Amino acid sequence: MQQQPLQAPPPPSEIKPEPKREGIDVVVNGERFRHYGDPAMPLLWFLRDVLRLTGTKYGCGIGACGACTVLVDGQAMRACVTPVTAVKDRRITTVEGLADAQGNLHALQQAWIDEDVAQCGYCQAGQLMAAADLLKRKPEPTDEDIDGITNLCRCGTYPRIRAAIKRAATAMKERKA
Amino acid sequence: MSATLRLSRRRFLQVLAGAAGALVVGVRFAEAQDTGTPVELLGDVYSQIGPFVRIEPDGRVIIGARTPDMGQGTRTALPRIIAEELDADWAQVTVLGLPLGVEDDGGKPRFIYGDQSAGGSTSVPQAWQDLRQAGAAARWLLVQAAARRWNVPAERLRTEAGAVIAPDGRRAGYGDLAADAARIDLPKQPLPLKNPAQYRLVGKPAGNVDAHGIVTGTLQFAIDHGFAEALVAVIARCPYLDGSLAEVDDSEALKVPGVVKVLPLPGPDPALPIGEQPLAPGVAVLAEDTWAALQGRDRLKLAWKPGKWADESTAALERQALDKLAGAPTMRARDDGDFDKFFKLGRKLQADYYVPYAAHATMEPMNCLARVEEDRAVVVAPTQTPDRAFEVVRRITGLSPAQIDIRFPRIGGGFGRRLEDDYVAEAVLLAKSVGKPVKVMWTREDDMTHDVYRPCGVHRMSAATDRRRRIIAWRHQLASASKRNGAGGADQQWKSEIHPDDLPAGLVANLRYDWYALDSGVKRGNWRAPAHVSNAFAVQSFIDEIAAALKVDPLKFRLDLLGAPRRLPYRSHGGPVLDTGRLANVLKLAAERIGWGQRRTNGHGLGIACHFTFGGYAAHAFEVSVEGERLLIHRAVCAVDVGRAINPLGVEAQMMGGTIDGLSTALNLAITVKDGQVQQKNFPDYPLARMAAMPRAVEVQIVESDADPAGAGEIGIPSVAPALANAVYAATTVRVRRLPLLPELLRLL
Repeated sequence: MQQQPLQAPPPPSEIKPEPKREGIDVVVNGERFRHYGDPAMPLLWFLRDVLRLTGTKYGCGIGACGACTVLVDGQAMRACVTPVTAVKDRRITTVEGLADAQGNLHALQQAWIDEDVAQCGYCQAGQLMAAADLLKRKPEPTDEDIDGITNLCRCGTYPRIRAAIKRAATAMKERKA
Repeated sequence: MSATLRLSRRRFLQVLAGAAGALVVGVRFAEAQDTGTPVELLGDVYSQIGPFVRIEPDGRVIIGARTPDMGQGTRTALPRIIAEELDADWAQVTVLGLPLGVEDDGGKPRFIYGDQSAGGSTSVPQAWQDLRQAGAAARWLLVQAAARRWNVPAERLRTEAGAVIAPDGRRAGYGDLAADAARIDLPKQPLPLKNPAQYRLVGKPAGNVDAHGIVTGTLQFAIDHGFAEALVAVIARCPYLDGSLAEVDDSEALKVPGVVKVLPLPGPDPALPIGEQPLAPGVAVLAEDTWAALQGRDRLKLAWKPGKWADESTAALERQALDKLAGAPTMRARDDGDFDKFFKLGRKLQADYYVPYAAHATMEPMNCLARVEEDRAVVVAPTQTPDRAFEVVRRITGLSPAQIDIRFPRIGGGFGRRLEDDYVAEAVLLAKSVGKPVKVMWTREDDMTHDVYRPCGVHRMSAATDRRRRIIAWRHQLASASKRNGAGGADQQWKSEIHPDDLPAGLVANLRYDWYALDSGVKRGNWRAPAHVSNAFAVQSFIDEIAAALKVDPLKFRLDLLGAPRRLPYRSHGGPVLDTGRLANVLKLAAERIGWGQRRTNGHGLGIACHFTFGGYAAHAFEVSVEGERLLIHRAVCAVDVGRAINPLGVEAQMMGGTIDGLSTALNLAITVKDGQVQQKNFPDYPLARMAAMPRAVEVQIVESDADPAGAGEIGIPSVAPALANAVYAATTVRVRRLPLLPELLRLL
């Protein structure tokens, strides 16, 4: 296979300053970033390929499986179908930002460990973010509320996810009390 | 490292000091370089005690996990087997995934860690054979070091939780002894192993060693690895079974910012095995990031040519199967007694069962990162067969064994798909062509349409019973497209489809198993517990039908058929023995747990089934009801006997997960073919079950046993579909003989 020929650098007179571009600001896990690339780039690829935050996973690309679930201003969204432009100036939380700044695990993360939820583990970041959204809305979720989580898991960890959400809800309630 | 590329990546980013504080993105990029290189186990900074153990001066014990973990729990179970014999303190243990251990042995590879592939539920049984010795050898070295230091005979020393202890109470931590121990030669003779009564780790529950990394998003799967200068490749593959590329116009694709190159990829060479080369011809778009590559691929103008399977369809395959079943078998796999004679004598029953093609749909799609240089190749891949990936790299690059570095981080689901290394071949071919590291990324659509599918088949079951309600003749005819894809000739292909010693062989005197080869262009492969899934569905459903026809309780009928406990020879994988007593035992346990025999008046039905898979015994029981168009699974019970459970928490997870995977697949999943193309593209077409449709709990009962451990990754599946179909029958009197079950049930209701 042929190699691309190396291009000689242009003479200095021909170097033009790059035109000013409108960037898109997003706040990810408390840090502010400006995106200058394609505004249509899905948030998923911005997180993974540009910021190298790879905890958020690709699973389907059409918002069907939930492996890419992140919180946008506290609300669960599927990053694979959310263009960066749609989250301009909004606060994104990924699984890397779920623990607090001191590294103390979120009650859900601890419950996930205690219930030994993960098998392959690939979908679990998305499951955790969906659960975080649920507990924000329903601090004491019923089984029916938990059924509202539509993230896919092929390993079949659903029963332990259910148990872990309940465990985390209890822990959070006790912490408040 | 390409300066041009680094600059162009940075184009996307700018440091911005805002209210939230400053951030430095460039640093993250610098750190992101070579993330494909995990920490080496074999560093010589610390003390290496045998091939799998390293002990640091502070007493921390690093244990290498040799086989891929795709969720089946081997990264936890295997190191615990070593740690047990080592007498390590588990709290001090860190598990590291080993790369493929390969040395150059006169130009040939020598694999230094034993078999590192994961398939057929063999990781634990194999580890039981050799890793206990590895742990015992490391412990022996530490004891020898203490014996020399204290001048006390080694036989008088004992070990406990990471320390050697002398009769007078003197104590030395493993960390303290490690440097000395590392200088002692490994023993030549096998060492005595622990008495299981003394086990402190094996048989006790242990959480997944990667749990923290998983819940914090810090653990990297193969798909998360990258080299800073790697190009992302997305490949347009031929949608036709065995089709070819007619025309490509890449001019628009190359205009997409970030797209660097478009390269054709050759189709499979019939002389090479499936799984060691690309599955289909394609056109690769190489770009600076995934989004650019995806957009570039969208803008390719492609014309594909159908191949010889242009007319293949699911309907035609079914017609072919029924035609074949009416003729002579390709292979008579078993023929006991005189089936024809006794079939005529008794009360006859016959039924056909249909099993569709199924996809693997691992949550982490196929991907591979490859760097190919003149004297070195590094591959990071989610493969179940790192040894096979090695052969792929060796063939394509011509490099020698020591120049090839195969790494396999934790895998986002395998289920048999990753026994094939086609995506490795793609990445290595592209990296070699383009002269830069390449990361091949598959989309879900790529994954769904280019799989090695679970074989489809039609099972024709025939039986005759006598006046005493016993089966006197049994025939199982199976027309299927062998998972071996034609390799090895007809006399080999049947062996993966129908196992001659599967029950009721050995229980019915006049018994015949016949296999009929289906021709299909769909590529087939291993799908979790391969042929056991479809065969158990046919056999365990049919047994239920016979019991119903004879008006005998289906549990009693099964137990009578199994009869007095006995050990039957079992020649296929999982043998050499099938113990009918252990199978009857799990049946009884599952029945007891679900409340078998208690009258249900609420329209609920109970169903039960059992199967022997790869050395393990499992039974499932479900309680279901059908309300309108909804099939409700109220309770799910799984009883399992895998011999000694190395990690009961892990075995429970496998049974829970296997039950749910089995339900999800049996209820709704099928791959269909039309006009020579796979029709399903993504999860809306291939609807894995979501939480709401699944039972809220799976009650798992693990039989306590001191038999040698069997693997637990696959045994949780085969008895699921028949137990479900049997429960549906009990609830509705509708017998479903076609998978997926739910659409068929709704059609029949």
